[in-house]
Formats: sequence, structure tokens, C-alpha cells
Amino acid sequence: MNAGLFFTTLHRPPLARFTTRAESAQATEPKAAPQSIQMATKEAAQLKMQGFEAVIGIETHVQLSTVTKAFCSCPYNYGSQPNSTICPTCMGHPGTLPVLNEKVVECAVKLGLALNCEISMTSKFDRKQYFYPDLPKGYQISQFDIPIAKKGYIDLDLPMEFGGGHKKFGITRVHMEEDAGKLLHSDSGSYSQVDLNRAGVPLLEIVSEPDMRTGIEAAEYGAELQRIVRYLGVSNGNMQEGSLRCDVNVSVRPFGQSEFGTKILLHKEGQADQIVQETRLWDESSQKTFTMRKKEGLADYRYFPEPDLPEVVLNNDYIDEIHKSMPELPEAKRRRYENMGLSMQDVLFLANDDNVARFFDSTLEHGSDAKLAANWIMGDIAAYLKNEKLTIDEIKLSPLELSELIASIKNGTISGKIGKEASPYFVLILVELIANGGTVKAVIEEKDLVQIADPAAIEAMVDKVIADNPKQLEQYRAGKTKLQGFFAGQVMKASKGKANPVLLNKILGEKLNAN
Amino acid sequence: MPPPLQAHRLLISHRRIPTPARRRFSAVSSVQSPPAKTLAPGPAASSILSIRESLLSGERSAAEITAEYLSRIRRTEPSVRSFIHVADSEAVREAEELDRRIASEGKDALGPLAGVLVGVKDNLCTANMPSTGGSRILEGYRPAYDATAVRRLREAGAIVVGKTNLDEFGMGSTTEGSAFQVTTNPWDESRVPGGSSGGSASAVSARQCVVSLGSDTGGSVRQPASFCGVVGLKPTYGRVSRFGLMAYASSLDVVGCFGSSVSDTATILSVVAGHDKMDSTSSSQNVPDYASELVSLDSLESKPLNGLRIGIIQETLGEGVDSGVATSIKAATLHLEQLGSVVEEVSLPSFSLGLPAYYILASSEASSNLSRYDGIRYGRQVSADDLNELYGESRSNGLGHEVKMRILMGTYALSAGYYDAYYKRAQQVRTLVKKSFEDALKRFDILVSPAAPSAAYKIGEKINDPLAMYAGDIMTVNVNLAGLPALVVPCGFVEGGSAGLPVGLQMIGSPFSEVTCVIADI
Ligand SMILES: [Zn+2]
Repeated sequence: MNAGLFFTTLHRPPLARFTTRAESAQATEPKAAPQSIQMATKEAAQLKMQGFEAVIGIETHVQLSTVTKAFCSCPYNYGSQPNSTICPTCMGHPGTLPVLNEKVVECAVKLGLALNCEISMTSKFDRKQYFYPDLPKGYQISQFDIPIAKKGYIDLDLPMEFGGGHKKFGITRVHMEEDAGKLLHSDSGSYSQVDLNRAGVPLLEIVSEPDMRTGIEAAEYGAELQRIVRYLGVSNGNMQEGSLRCDVNVSVRPFGQSEFGTKILLHKEGQADQIVQETRLWDESSQKTFTMRKKEGLADYRYFPEPDLPEVVLNNDYIDEIHKSMPELPEAKRRRYENMGLSMQDVLFLANDDNVARFFDSTLEHGSDAKLAANWIMGDIAAYLKNEKLTIDEIKLSPLELSELIASIKNGTISGKIGKEASPYFVLILVELIANGGTVKAVIEEKDLVQIADPAAIEAMVDKVIADNPKQLEQYRAGKTKLQGFFAGQVMKASKGKANPVLLNKILGEKLNAN
Repeated sequence: MPPPLQAHRLLISHRRIPTPARRRFSAVSSVQSPPAKTLAPGPAASSILSIRESLLSGERSAAEITAEYLSRIRRTEPSVRSFIHVADSEAVREAEELDRRIASEGKDALGPLAGVLVGVKDNLCTANMPSTGGSRILEGYRPAYDATAVRRLREAGAIVVGKTNLDEFGMGSTTEGSAFQVTTNPWDESRVPGGSSGGSASAVSARQCVVSLGSDTGGSVRQPASFCGVVGLKPTYGRVSRFGLMAYASSLDVVGCFGSSVSDTATILSVVAGHDKMDSTSSSQNVPDYASELVSLDSLESKPLNGLRIGIIQETLGEGVDSGVATSIKAATLHLEQLGSVVEEVSLPSFSLGLPAYYILASSEASSNLSRYDGIRYGRQVSADDLNELYGESRSNGLGHEVKMRILMGTYALSAGYYDAYYKRAQQVRTLVKKSFEDALKRFDILVSPAAPSAAYKIGEKINDPLAMYAGDIMTVNVNLAGLPALVVPCGFVEGGSAGLPVGLQMIGSPFSEVTCVIADI
């Protein structure tokens, strides 16, 4: 009955199967991969050594960042006081009825299109029934046999450090549903409390085909999905807040086993190898999984069509309208950057973060050279961001000023680099712009960063540095010409980075080779 | 014995019929009152209009009118037991407030239902007033909001006088299924008032209130209207918002109205009907002023029903139908013929399939709708050591026998492996039923049948025989499956009680044709 489990039960009898759920409290958010996927990576690597391969499918729940809940007009803000954003409807009071938030449909269609799905022109809601205290009505409003989108795929490029390569993974379906509340257990374990703030918050469930074979693939699938929802603006994709949750279904089979094994074989081998089917939970602190539920049978959710909600009927105009409003998605961006002649390393860095891509594109719009802009963004700007733990949209440097800066390097006004190193002078200006903003010109003037381009002044500094370092001079003249960099650095230091590097190197060279 | 059929007491509304004699009807004829032995009958033409006229002329104040009804409730309630809760002090306060407003703002301030006392079935939520659905599991529960239908009544000036008794969550046909009390039929205390809206029907019949709201999932307005000799209207599905109606079977539930005259019933419908943004299944079709469409019939000679095509549903007058009921219905149709309509028999081949399909669909939806009564957030919670015990004990103590049986049936019908054989098949039958009504309503303007196979039966008679009780719903459930509007009006009497027992004629129209239905008060 549960579409997410189909491949482990019917078509691909597994020798083992486990499901993880990245729902533990998490200290830090990984750069891209959900913890459950990190776990799958480990397991898959071990399996490979033993002659097995993993068959991985992922169910992802994306919490939509709509202003109000799916079926009532309560807002939802992560971290609010428990039970502060609730109403009779999302509390499941007698007589209340759901009224669909049209934004939910819009988000679903957006994501469906982004995942190259067929959009169902007519879909419906169904009730998925089970009892749990965080589920106020005793059923979850979901979509069962007619999801709003189905039969899509996701394109991605694996990271270069894992060998790179383009991959395409199937998307089985995307459907709309509502979230449940949360249970808060007392420390003593003697009672639990229910917080219904999250009850009724809209979710999209995305079910992948079991197309992934390694943890890296699974991790990149999750990361790409996160990028897409962020690009579309349908969700903040934030895992710590539970806005993106992954259930990873892993089945294990020997390499080369046919897709359609028999049940008898499964049964026999299952007994022989003492393999169990279970759901495992990822524990962030120990970086391990442990058993959550064993022998998970197929639950009977008694789905039936939700009689309180009319069918969701779309027309082509509506879909076209949404299509037109959609931004360029990561895959299209990557292909565009690739066509600019950037390396895949650069492409992935720039395209995989919505904010970085926007900054980069904007810099290009101001006329910058793609390669130069990419270098500065991936180099010093990225280093600064990393150091200060900032994101690119949090800094004061504007794409316009970066393009100005790049232009002044290109036209020779200032030199961006000395040898392979970034010019300290340039870095000073860059850092000033990043930290405090302003224009290139103003920063140079205000901060007394006007370049020293007077040959006499530079010569004096060069002379002093040479005089102060007789030992190095001796070594240089004995043939260790690499030391020119050392002298240049000392002069730069003395000039507080303001010396014109071209002049400096010219004068320094003359002086060093004077005898 | 009740008076014979009288033409002058027949009201019709039919836009397409050219009637030279047609005129707006302003005075309302009344339903035959139950015998006055235990129940003091109200004035013969007790109605919304006469209350309005009293208030307008200053003849009586709202407080006086309210006091009169409350005193009648005090006298009759010990034997009838229509109400689970009587909101006497609130009613008095609201009436006095209305009188003050009339004094200060003048009579223009009167809403269309000013001073009209309404009874509200207890499965409709009323803010800060107990709303139990007739169930122990909601004992003491007070909703935070008014159901849309209730809110609209209040906004029109009506005063909610109390919450009427019902079979628990609307599941039953006798009102014996209430967790709190058994309501009796004002025509004969030893008999049931019908159900599930038995309290709403008996309250109007005993003139404990002017009009009342009920709900109709499989006949819960129409059958008690027939048993209690009042007018009962089941509107088209979606005509009235279900927001605030405790769901029994969402795809079948409709809020309905009771009155002592067709005019009152129509007036109430005009107030409560219409789209509601809180109910996505409510219709945005325009709401006409139903009561103003009524015309009176002065004489047989005028043949006011000339050209109206009436189909008697063949399957409803055969085996299993009380002969007295069949005779009353036939007499009524003969009368309709004398008034100029063309009456023929029509067969609805899928008619008998409706009952089992109804019970499967209604139980399936009920099993889901009643899951929310889990003792966690509101209502009765039994303290327990673990979660399953909490659920189990709260529900098994809080829910009654009939409700549990339907939850079990519905759970079974929706289970994996049974869904196709039961729920899906029942939906297919529903489509057939709908189709056969559509076809019949192409040939006929109105279809008629009894509202129930018999008149009111004895309390306790069918309590241990659920199948016999279910069988009694045969006349009404098909209409819910098809989502059609239907009106039940008293059309005669059969032997029983001290003065006979009323029989109701059911008239079924096309969707949203509430206004073009013949509305007869025979
Ligand atoms: Zn809410």
C-alpha cells in the first residue's frame, strides 16, 4: 500500500532492508548530505567490499514555507511557544473542515515541473488513517493513488572529489499532504505533551525511484533536492528545523542478482543469513544507526478519498503561468556555466548555492569576465565567508563593486596578484568592501589606499629592504632567485600593500641583479 | 380524527407554471397539532411571520414570546425530552436585548428572524453552549465557535433556545441512540419521534420552539418530520455549510430544517443556505428567497399545478410498506392530480441497491470521521497507563453501541483486501443511483414517495434489531446518495395513538430546485 516501499517488497526482493530517518535533533547541518544519507554512504562502501550492492530509494518530506497552514489560516513559525499557532481546525475539533491553501498547489506544481514530472490535471486528496496523539483528526490528509505530479527525474553532477559524472535519477511521484504535531516527552518518561503548532503545515513528499547505488549518489540526490526547493523558494530546505526530512530505503543484494528474485529464495536466504528487516534511526552524536523498529509489516492505513475536499483540477493556463514564473534551476545553471568554459569544479561551486549563483550572475551582468569573477568568488571571497561564517548575501560587497574591481585589474590599474598570490593591496580593498561596503574608488581614497606608483618612493623602500636582509641577498645572488618573492613581500609589507606591484617587481629585479 | 385533505391548505411554488390565480402567500397555514391532552398546542398559525407581526405591531415583546415558549418547554419537556440542553437564561437575555434594541433603534433593526426561537440539533456546534452530538465522549464539551448555520440564524435575529436530542452522532433512526435520554413522539408518548434528528422534530411538533435545525445523512430530517407530523427539508448536498456540523458521513451530511409550515421551513433555509468559505463542499449557487416563492391554492378549479409532472416511485409503495402509509400517499397524489399535475408511476431500478451501499459508505466515512474522538485533546479521557489503553478505554467508555458497530463496519469496509469489494463497489452503486434519479428527473419535475415505510413505531420495538431499523431508511437514503433536495410534508394519518399518527409525503427534486419543488402542506 505504501508506495515508498514498493520496490523492496515486490520487484526486488532484498536480502536485507533498512530505513533510516533523519529526524534526530541535529547539532550542525551538513553542507549537503542529510545524516541518513551519510550513513548510507558508509554502509554502501562496506557492502561493496563484501560483494553486495545497495539499492537506494529516498522519500523526502519538504515543509513548504507558505504563510499559512495547508487547511486552515494558522501561521507556522519554527520554534514558537508550543500550541501558540493552532485553531479548532488544525486541532481536529468537532465540526471543523479543511479548506485547501491554494499556495500549496502552486508549490507542488512548481516542484513537479522542476523535477520534470507529469502534472496531474485532476488529482484528489485522500485520508491516511492511524491513531497517534500528534495526529489530531486520527487521519492525515494526503494523496494516495493520484499524486499531483509523477514520473519525473532529477539531473545532477557528482562532486569532482568523488570522481564527478552526470547522473539522472527517477522521481516516482510528488504529493501534497499535511504535517503532524510533535510529542514532547517528559524527562522522567512518565508523561508526554502534544504540541500542535506543526499540525497541518503543508508538506510535499517526493518519492524517488530506487536508482541510487552508492551513498554519494544518495547524498547528492538529497543535496540537489535541497537546492531545487531553495531555488524555487517553496521551502527553506532547512534540516535542523525539519523542513527537509529524508527516509532512505536501502535494500542489499549481491552484485549481479537478477532484479526479480523469487520469494522462496528470499525466504531461504533470509533464514540462513539471519537477515532482518528493520527501521534504523541515525544518531548524530555517535554517528551511528541503531534499531528503531523491527519487522515492520505493511501498515493498513485504510486510505479513502477525502470527502471534505473537492478534487484539485488544474488547467494549462495555470501550469503555464507557474512555468513562466520559475527561476533558472541548478541543472540549467550548471549547463550554462559549463558552456562559458568554466571547469566542472567551478561550475559546481557557483551553481550549487542559490546565493552564490545569483551573486556570480549579477557580477557577470555588470560586464565581468566569467573566469576572473569565478576565481575571486571561489578564492578570497569564499575564504572570507568561511572564516567569518557568513553567506555571500550577508556581506556588503556588491556584485557591481566586484565587477569594478575586476575591471581595474583587467585594465591594469591595479594588479590582482603577485605571482600566484593575491596582492595584499588588492585583498585590503576587497576585505574593506566585503566588511564595510562602499565603492572601489571611495574605499581607495578614504582608507588612504591610493597606490604608491612613484618609482623613487618604491626604490627607497626596495633599497631599505635589501639593506636589511644581507643574508638573503647573498643567497639570491648565489642563484636562489626564488627569493625575489621574499623581497617583494617585504617591500609590500613596508608599503602596507600599496606599492604598485608592477613597478615594485621591475625595480626590485633591477636592484637584485644590479651587480 | 384529522381533517381530510383540504385544497386551500396546499402551498406550491413552481416558477414555470403559469397560474393566473397565483399570488404571493403571506399567511401561513399550520400543521395539525398533536392532541392537547399533555401538550398545550400553540396558536394555530404559529410562525415566523406572526412573531414578526407581533413585534412590529408591539402586540407582544420578544421577552413575552420567549417566556411563552420557555413555559411550554417546562411543561412538556418532562414527557417529550426533546432537549439535551435548554438555554433558558441566555434566551431570556437575548430576548430582552432585542426588546431594548427595538425600543432604541426602532423596528428597522429587526432581522428577518428576530425573536424566533430555534432548536438546534446537538451535533451542530454552538459557541459556549454544550455540544455533545448525543455522545458521552463529548459530555461537557463546549465548542469555541458557532456552526455556520447557527451563526447565520443568530445574525438574522434568531434566539437559540436549546440543543435538541439525537441518536449519537446522527447514527440511528429513533433517537433512542442518544447517550443521555429517550425523546418521545408528541403524538404518542409510547412511540419514537424518529431519528436521528428526533429532538428537533419533536420540539417543533410540541411547539417548544418555532423552527429547528437538524441534519440529514440518510433521512435524519425527513423520517422524524414524517413521524412527528411536521415539515422537514433536506436541502441539496452543499446547499448549507457543514462547518460546525459534527461529521458523520461527510459526503452525505446536510444541515436541514424543521418547521410547522412550509413557509417557516423555507424562510429558515433562505437564511442558512449559501456558500461558506469554511466549507469547500458548500455551493456558491445563488440563494433565492424561498418563502417568497410560495403561492397559495384557492381552489381546485384553478388547477395551479397544471403541467407539473409528478412521478411516484414504484419501488416505494410495494412490499414492506405499511398499507395505511401507502393509502395516504396515494390519496395525496390523487389530490395533486386534481390540482392539475400529471401523475405517473416511475421505476428506479437501482432503488433497492441504495440501502446497503448507503450503510457501507456512511459507516466507512464515520469510521474515519469519529477517529478524532480519542480523548486526547477534548472530551472524555480515561486515565490509563499507556497510550493504547488510553485510546481503548476512552473510546469504549465514551462511544455507544450503535456508533461502535458502525465504526467497526466502516473500518472493515476500508481495510486492505476488502476496499474494492465494499467501499469501491458501494461508490459504483452510488453512481448508478445518481444516474437513475437523473434519468427520472428528466421525465418528471418531482418524484414522490413515503418518507418512511411506516408511521412512528413503539419505543424499544427495533432497538435490538438494527437491520429492521436500517430497513426503515429505505425511502430516504437514495436521496442522500444522489445529493438531491427533498421535502417532507404531513399528508395524512394512520391508525395509532389517541388521535392517529402522522404520515409524511416525500417530494424529491433536481439539485438546487428547492424553490421549484411543489411545497405542499396538506
Ligand atoms: Zn489552524
